[in-house]
Amino acid sequence: MNFFLLSLLKAAVVAGALLFTLAYLQWVERKVIAHIQIRMGPSRVGPHGLLQPVADIIKLLTKEDLIPPYVNKFFYMFAPFLAITLALTSIAVIPFGPEIEIFGVRTRMQLADLNIGVLFILGISSVGVYGIVLAGWSSNNKYALLGGLRSSAQMISYELPMALAIVAPLLLANTLSLGELVEKQGGAFLGVVPRWHVFQMPFPQVVSLIVFLIAGFAETNRIPFDLPEAENELVAGFHTEYSSMKFASFFMAEYANMITICSMATVLFLGGWQPLWPAALGSSYVPSLLFAGAAAVMIYHGLHPARPKDRYTLPAAGVVFLLIAGVFLLPPLRPFLIPVFWFASKTGFLLFVFIWVRGTLPRFRYDQLMRFAWGFLFPVAMLNLLATALVVALVSR
Amino acid sequence: MPESYVELYFPVFLQVLIAMAVAGGMIGGSYLLGRKVKNRIKDTPYECGITPTGSARGRFSVKFYLVAMLFILFDIEAVFLYPWAVVYRELKLFAFVEMFIFIVLILCGFFYIWKKGALDWSQQERPPEER
Repeated sequence: MNFFLLSLLKAAVVAGALLFTLAYLQWVERKVIAHIQIRMGPSRVGPHGLLQPVADIIKLLTKEDLIPPYVNKFFYMFAPFLAITLALTSIAVIPFGPEIEIFGVRTRMQLADLNIGVLFILGISSVGVYGIVLAGWSSNNKYALLGGLRSSAQMISYELPMALAIVAPLLLANTLSLGELVEKQGGAFLGVVPRWHVFQMPFPQVVSLIVFLIAGFAETNRIPFDLPEAENELVAGFHTEYSSMKFASFFMAEYANMITICSMATVLFLGGWQPLWPAALGSSYVPSLLFAGAAAVMIYHGLHPARPKDRYTLPAAGVVFLLIAGVFLLPPLRPFLIPVFWFASKTGFLLFVFIWVRGTLPRFRYDQLMRFAWGFLFPVAMLNLLATALVVALVSR
Repeated sequence: MPESYVELYFPVFLQVLIAMAVAGGMIGGSYLLGRKVKNRIKDTPYECGITPTGSARGRFSVKFYLVAMLFILFDIEAVFLYPWAVVYRELKLFAFVEMFIFIVLILCGFFYIWKKGALDWSQQERPPEER
């Protein structure tokens, strides 16, 4: 097939999946936070609030799009545009699976396997600061300006430990291409322990992974590092003056960045689409078993008399999940679906950790935040890097 | 496997176009769909209902500027590490020693700015005679 046509098709699929995930990540976050706080969460719009994202989008689109007279109009409009564009761009280099053959076409399950993939992601995320700074500055509001400044200082401070934490696994893999990075993490030690960089001999990258994730929380302005929008001191920080979809677009960018950070952590440290244990030991049946188990739970609860509201919806969802479990067993689709399953489950787990941390930790004070970045994360990342380098130099032949 | 740079970067370009279309659609859509009601109070900067005083373009701490400068210095150092990591297995201990010297020099600078208090945001204002 024509290369350009194929790219267009892949880009459309990836963008569609990403937008769908963005809409429902919001729902998942609200549900998880609600259950952490022993509440119900969204439950009115559709079964278990599943149509809530659709309702939110309609509401936000039809709200008044306020452009205050005192703002710098061009940058005020441009800032959310820039934030979303950059947040949605970095997904282009993330590998979702190996090179596959589908309907007679060989292709990588990745939009573009750039040989500088890691630098591309770092570059895009650095430019992402501009969206927030411009939003804060152009709003012409004291709180927005302070929020924008805080945010820029915070994001560039945490960019440094993040960059250092990324170099350590690169020492083991010696490549900047994300596709190759994942391929080098295939196989297993002693037949069971996967060769992911977190477990990789000679120097497991556990410290790097933790530093990377902490810096990731700060880069995406998530609790416990959400000082740019600390509502009890700065009203709402850099997006105080924004309304309707422009307001939502900053949240959308935040969620898209979260997905990027989690995919990057998966690719760099958790073996991307490589399974948890070798396929020879049956790891390729895990998705079917998981979905079938979920289906069994759903059908059991749906038919339980104590849940009259879920009488039809839960068994129906259970049947759908059983079908999905069956699809994972179809031989022509297996080489394509199983890597995607592993990639999505690892990324999904990290996203859950992001939400879990938001439901657990309080916010830092600003001086603590900066001291933590420069005085703790930076030296730790540096020491880990030097230790990795020394061990690799001594051990490798 | 794509051979030329055009083929390699075309999907990235496509993704940028899609992202711009989504962003434009969202912002433009709400601009067209939302109803607009103007009034005097709504047109003042939002400061929790208090009448705003002064301009938003006030002074802010010089520390933000310092952090930006330090970031550029240290980030350039971090970028030097990337090509070093890619060729590391070919050079081994030689590369380690070379980079170790470089990092020690950088860390001397880091120690200096740390002792100078450039990164200490909780610093108390010193009395004027000590300045």
